[in-house]
Amino acid sequence: MSDEELQVNDSLDVMGEIEDGAEQFLTFILGDEEYGVEILRVQEIKGWDTVTNIPNSPHYLCGVLNLRGTIVPVVDLRLRFEMAECEYTPTTVIVVLNIEGATQRTVGIVVDGMSDTHNVMPSDIKPSPDFGSTIKTDYITGLVTIGDNMVMLLDIDRLLSVEAIG
Amino acid sequence: MSIDISQFHDVFFEESFEGLDAMESGLLNLEDGAADVEAINTIFRAAHSIKGGAGTFGFMAVSEFTHKLETLLDEMRNGQREVTPESTNVLLEAVDVLREMLTAVQQDKDTDDARIALVCEQLVEMLGGEESSDVAPEGDTVATDSDGDQPIGWKINFRPHLHMLQTGNDPVRLLRELDSLGELSVNLDESQLPLFSDLEPEDSYLAWQMELISEVAKEEIVEIFEWVEDDCDLTIEALFSIAETTAELSEEAESAEPVESNTVIAETQLETPVAENTETKQKSSVAPAAASIRVGTDKIDSLINMVGELVITQSMLSQVGDNFTEEMLPQLIDGLAQLERNTREMQEGVMRIRMLPISFAFNRFPRLVHDLTDKSGKQVDLKLTGEQTELDKTVMEKIGDPLVHLVRNSLDHGLEIPEVRLAAGKNETGMLKLNAYHQGGNIVIEIEDDGAGLDEEKIFNKAVEKGLVNAADNLSPEKIHELIFMAGFSTADVVSDISGRGVGMDVVRKNIHSLGGSVEIASEKGVGTKFTIRLPLTLAIMDGQTIRVANENYILPLVSIIESIEINEIDIKQVSGKGELYKLRDDYVPVIRLYEVFNIEPQITDLEDGLLVVVEGDGQKVGLFIDDLLGQQQVVIKSLETNYRKVVGLSGATILGDGTVALILDVPGLISLYREPSSKQGLVKPERAA
Repeated sequence: MSDEELQVNDSLDVMGEIEDGAEQFLTFILGDEEYGVEILRVQEIKGWDTVTNIPNSPHYLCGVLNLRGTIVPVVDLRLRFEMAECEYTPTTVIVVLNIEGATQRTVGIVVDGMSDTHNVMPSDIKPSPDFGSTIKTDYITGLVTIGDNMVMLLDIDRLLSVEAIG
Repeated sequence: MSIDISQFHDVFFEESFEGLDAMESGLLNLEDGAADVEAINTIFRAAHSIKGGAGTFGFMAVSEFTHKLETLLDEMRNGQREVTPESTNVLLEAVDVLREMLTAVQQDKDTDDARIALVCEQLVEMLGGEESSDVAPEGDTVATDSDGDQPIGWKINFRPHLHMLQTGNDPVRLLRELDSLGELSVNLDESQLPLFSDLEPEDSYLAWQMELISEVAKEEIVEIFEWVEDDCDLTIEALFSIAETTAELSEEAESAEPVESNTVIAETQLETPVAENTETKQKSSVAPAAASIRVGTDKIDSLINMVGELVITQSMLSQVGDNFTEEMLPQLIDGLAQLERNTREMQEGVMRIRMLPISFAFNRFPRLVHDLTDKSGKQVDLKLTGEQTELDKTVMEKIGDPLVHLVRNSLDHGLEIPEVRLAAGKNETGMLKLNAYHQGGNIVIEIEDDGAGLDEEKIFNKAVEKGLVNAADNLSPEKIHELIFMAGFSTADVVSDISGRGVGMDVVRKNIHSLGGSVEIASEKGVGTKFTIRLPLTLAIMDGQTIRVANENYILPLVSIIESIEINEIDIKQVSGKGELYKLRDDYVPVIRLYEVFNIEPQITDLEDGLLVVVEGDGQKVGLFIDDLLGQQQVVIKSLETNYRKVVGLSGATILGDGTVALILDVPGLISLYREPSSKQGLVKPERAA
């Protein structure tokens, strides 16, 4: 929880000095990798809560969650990316995202932890790598270097489309 | 200056459709013979408002069409024309066309021009020779054409009464309309303008003399002023030569002084809004039409009262909470009880807002019966009762089509032609009764006819022929009646225009079941048939039974449960080593192991350790094998589809008292999962591989 508070303070600082044309991304950690999503798509960040399993759903769909009266599906991003399974702890975080598609939907993703918010100029975004068919990268819109880290920017509309999580 | 009128489009459409319904029912009443003046007036008024509205919003095709309709109605109203069944039919046809046109405009689609033209022609034909005298329809104009010369334009004197602005009419709009008809020159007469100190800002002091050079018919001009005809002095005279025009213009110029400048201003003002109008039109076509509902103020008032009480309870409770001591416990308990009562009342109140009288669904039947009897030569007396019975709007929308189907069936298969009825010793006019009433938490709708009844022998033979049952089966009459709900069943010897394609009754039952309702038949050959439909009052809340399978809790709709039994090992029968049947008295029901169809790790696999819940779905009984039955409760149904997708075997989800989500089971879905396990496997496996 204290992590989250820190996060909010950080992002407030950043918002004060946002440059013209820069886009803000919220980054989070998954294993050793760092991923970013457009900050305006993030509805809220909440701690892990019990979910209800949906029968006959893909293994990376943890289940559904009661988010103040709406039923929200939660996707484990580690499992979605075929990474090693990880136990949910009190520090596990659910990022609730707004997904655009045929209709607007709300979907939660489980990640290892939050990282930071960053201002990124569109010109600094490098094209996503092409691994051919060995690794699927079509849900990565681009790469950004922040400090020594590489951050992968996610196309959440594609990653979490109805077809992809159904 | 100009108002974005597109914001009123929705209201216009809603009112127009209501108006059309009113016209339709009025016309059907006319048919009963008595040419009631009040009824014709109602129809006329509805047509008149639609015409006016369509004109205001610039739906010219609609307004022109309605104008013809209105002219015909006006003649009927004035007694110049007899009300005949033929004219009523044409008018009904016209109402249909109008509805189509309005729907097309609303959804920005193309209209069926051929049909419009046809009906239009029929209307003109009815108006017949009188069409020419039609030029002076409203009777409020002074001059008529003096000779055969085609006028080159019109001279219009327009003097609004003082209070015209207060009626919501804006002269600028009228002038703009006129301007769109042709070349318009305007003279402002502000001679009535009082001193500034005496000026009432809400009064209208100005008057205009206008000359419109255009070949439009006089009625078009009259039409523009239609809404204000009682609030102004208006004269419209024909102009025959340019000389006359200019002469009069200069004459006018003398009488009213500051003409020039005013004219210019008026014209520039007229230019811009036209462009704006087209813009707004495009905007409105993009915005989706939100469904709306009309609610009586009494319902709203009672809700406000309840909210008031809720607020009081809340403040009382927070007071208790502020300085809580043990002595205040009874007070707290009282408060909570009051809160519970308030919440329940609020819930009922909010539900009532969604409730509409079933007359909305019943109202289409007089027309349907009228059209069908016309085609078939049958005579039918339609009786509607219990029209004020209320039910949820969503349920109403979904029950409409099944009801139409049942009524069509009664008309086509049930009621006989007059000769047959007379021969059978019945009244030659058949009786069709629709009735609705509340019973418990349900609404019951009955559709009853005194026709031929179901022919059990014929149905049975047909079912055997179609391979739905075995010829050797010995079925009770009730079972035979049930057969008509099976897919692909139709006994009509000839597929008629009305029904008989065999896609009807199974769909009817499916739709009713999907609403959580049921349908029953009672029929006696030669006496009649009665369908009884039971539906829940609302779709938002239902009674559920909580069940447990392994570590998961599910909600099973109480309506689908027939009974729950402890399993007796002797009664379990194996079918080819895999399928299991359970012997339930004289019946065998297939056993569905819920953990199997849902792919969850079971805790109990031995049938004897669990329970069997016998449920019914899609007309089939099955036994669900579960671990345990928990409590019964009312649950609020939430959609899974809003943020996720439809899941086979689940009809939705709900939130339990502890804030967790519980899934609601869908029995027909479970049965299909059981029958075709591939449907779920196919969904999961490729995803895993991806």
